[in-house]
Amino acid sequence: MALLAPHGLPGHLVDFVAALRTHGVAVGPGETIDAAKVLTALDLLHRDHLREGLAAAVLRRSGQRKVFDTLFDLYFPAALGAGSGEVEVPRVGDDEDGAVDVDALRDVLADLLRDGDDSALAELARAVVDALARTGSGGQGDRPGAQPSWSAYQALRMLSPETLLARIVDALRDADVEPGSFADEVLRREIRDRIARFRDMITDEVRRRTAETRGREQVARTSVPKQAEQVEFLSAYAGQLAELRRTVHPLARRLAARLAVRRKHAKRGELDMRRTLRRSMSTGGVPMNPAFRARRPGRPDLVVLCDVSGSVAGFSHFTLLLVQALREQFSKVRVFAFVERADEVTHLFEPGAELSGVMNRVLREASLVAFDGHSDYGGSFGSFAEYWSDALTPRSSLLILGDARTNYRDPNLTVLRRLAGQARHTHWLNPEPRRQWGTGDSAALRYADVVPMHECRTAAQLATVVESLLPI
Amino acid sequence: MSPLQSPSFGSVADVTERLAGAGYLASTAVATTVFLADRLGKPLLVEGPAGVGKTELAKAVAESTKSELVRLQCYEGIDESRALYEWNHAKQLLRITASQGSESWDRTRDDVFSEEFLLPRPLLTAIRRAEPTVLLIDEIDKADVEVEGLLLEVLSDYQVTVPEMGTITATRKPFVLLTSNSTRELSEALKRRCLFLHLDFPDADLERRIVASRVPELADALTDALVRTVRVLRGLELRKAPSVAETIDWGRTLLALGMDTLDDDAVRATLGVVLKHQSDQVKAAAELRLN
Repeated sequence: MALLAPHGLPGHLVDFVAALRTHGVAVGPGETIDAAKVLTALDLLHRDHLREGLAAAVLRRSGQRKVFDTLFDLYFPAALGAGSGEVEVPRVGDDEDGAVDVDALRDVLADLLRDGDDSALAELARAVVDALARTGSGGQGDRPGAQPSWSAYQALRMLSPETLLARIVDALRDADVEPGSFADEVLRREIRDRIARFRDMITDEVRRRTAETRGREQVARTSVPKQAEQVEFLSAYAGQLAELRRTVHPLARRLAARLAVRRKHAKRGELDMRRTLRRSMSTGGVPMNPAFRARRPGRPDLVVLCDVSGSVAGFSHFTLLLVQALREQFSKVRVFAFVERADEVTHLFEPGAELSGVMNRVLREASLVAFDGHSDYGGSFGSFAEYWSDALTPRSSLLILGDARTNYRDPNLTVLRRLAGQARHTHWLNPEPRRQWGTGDSAALRYADVVPMHECRTAAQLATVVESLLPI
Repeated sequence: MSPLQSPSFGSVADVTERLAGAGYLASTAVATTVFLADRLGKPLLVEGPAGVGKTELAKAVAESTKSELVRLQCYEGIDESRALYEWNHAKQLLRITASQGSESWDRTRDDVFSEEFLLPRPLLTAIRRAEPTVLLIDEIDKADVEVEGLLLEVLSDYQVTVPEMGTITATRKPFVLLTSNSTRELSEALKRRCLFLHLDFPDADLERRIVASRVPELADALTDALVRTVRVLRGLELRKAPSVAETIDWGRTLLALGMDTLDDDAVRATLGVVLKHQSDQVKAAAELRLN
């Protein structure tokens, strides 16, 4: 069987570590040796112990755990093939190889979800995936010789566990709890959580079976989730964005700590020649006591101008949250949003404001659309310069967020040049990969001639850019 | 790897059992990493949100292995004279003046830089102890980056070099536990030397057991409702998710107020115990239809 590693357990461990590295978890040889020691110290029959032990040896940051877990399941699977489960999948007509009886199966699933029995749910997931691949649900019967195909989509569509929610909640609700109350809402969310976990079980199971037939390297390449910081803003889906938002505060804290160190190291300014020479008069022209320029703590005003049209919303939102979290680093932050024209939204980012729904409020309350709701960079810069150009002073830094896709409208370079001249620094953060700048309706390269433009595809990249831009 | 002493724990199950005996209910992850840290003789770096029991773990390990706990609390500006050792200058001066004229310079010099004039601080104390020791380096992320460099020798070789005296090596390796709230990224050099444990909120069953052991007077049904509610609150996007400590506090509050069910009124009145930010309370109330 192709699953056996040619170099035994050490070789298998090295393969596993290599897979972690390709997914951005930096594991050095020292960690690999630690991992090998872990293998000798633990009882390998306890898979949970092995999982935690390896994690302790190779991981160095908490955000890496998801990648690790997925790869661990691929490289150290809980079972081979269909395994030997207790759970039987109900068939039409009680025939061993008959088609799956969907309604009966949904009843079984509802019961298990109601009891919240995780191990039984995992076994059900295994059995369902196996049964579906071998026999199908529509009664096409046995397909001898055919390659079994594992499909999470098919299994989840057939089971559609979400539709069981109301039924389970009804079954669990106490008689005296009225619908719509607090206790009811807590219960509802708990069940929703269980259903989401079951979906993950199905996906994991499909991944494992696919790895058995197609090789785990290929599965590892394509279907292992990325770390939140490595996810590209423009291709992230809702779940990833929510996870990304959760990393904002740690990220901001890390940035702030690094800036504090930089400030401390740069506390003493450069040599003040004039005062040093003046002092040296009293020692006969020998500069015994050099004078230094005192550094003024540089806390600039920040003016953020950001595109909030649908195409870059994830990116703008995340960056605004980061700016908000970093607001101690600035004396004053003003935030302007634009789609077709600009409007001030600073009041939505007040300290203590509720931030997760802020993007909806921006879109609802600010007047950003004039005509068709497609982003118009030229028009937005124009309206910003017309109404709020006094926001830009020689102390302020202007930060523009957007993909510079103008929908073939006038990019209005003159106004941007004037705005850039008014501010102390101007920087443009663009979530598109550099190679796509200037393609199609992107005016990125033309804007990049006027102001420095930085590629910010992932949170990690954004952090690096922000760190290098923030003044000491 | 040549362990200087026999390991304290026999197996992962043994760890779980003995920590429980010390009043700490450990998850599989905690038990496994503690077992490995002990077996491989490596320091254990514990990271996680506030209030999940990082410091408690060190105390429980100390109690279950009958070791003494030596604690180094880190703070901004801590330096080697606070963490490692310091020369007792006053005593040195006294020694020099006492023997003035009667001794050669060489003898005096050798004498004043000896053990007698050394003031050990937590790290050196832990290294020199012959009895079982648990060294807790608490909130290492609060200390400056330079202090990490200081720790490297202690963590990798269990030794401390005093330039005037030479190197002091541990006769018995302490069990070292570092905690961090990850307010800043620790250096790679430090992390490399440690086993890493991310201590997160416990799963429902474990949390129920923890609450039951800390607030035994609370009725089972109420404990269950409490834990389930806290887990839902953690699922919301809050500024500060409630930790285990808050769950326990909530339990105590309900007990003190004599409430025996967790209905809308009870939650509304006591939500401030679990959610410390005003905006979090508003959000939770809105999302969970608490009005």
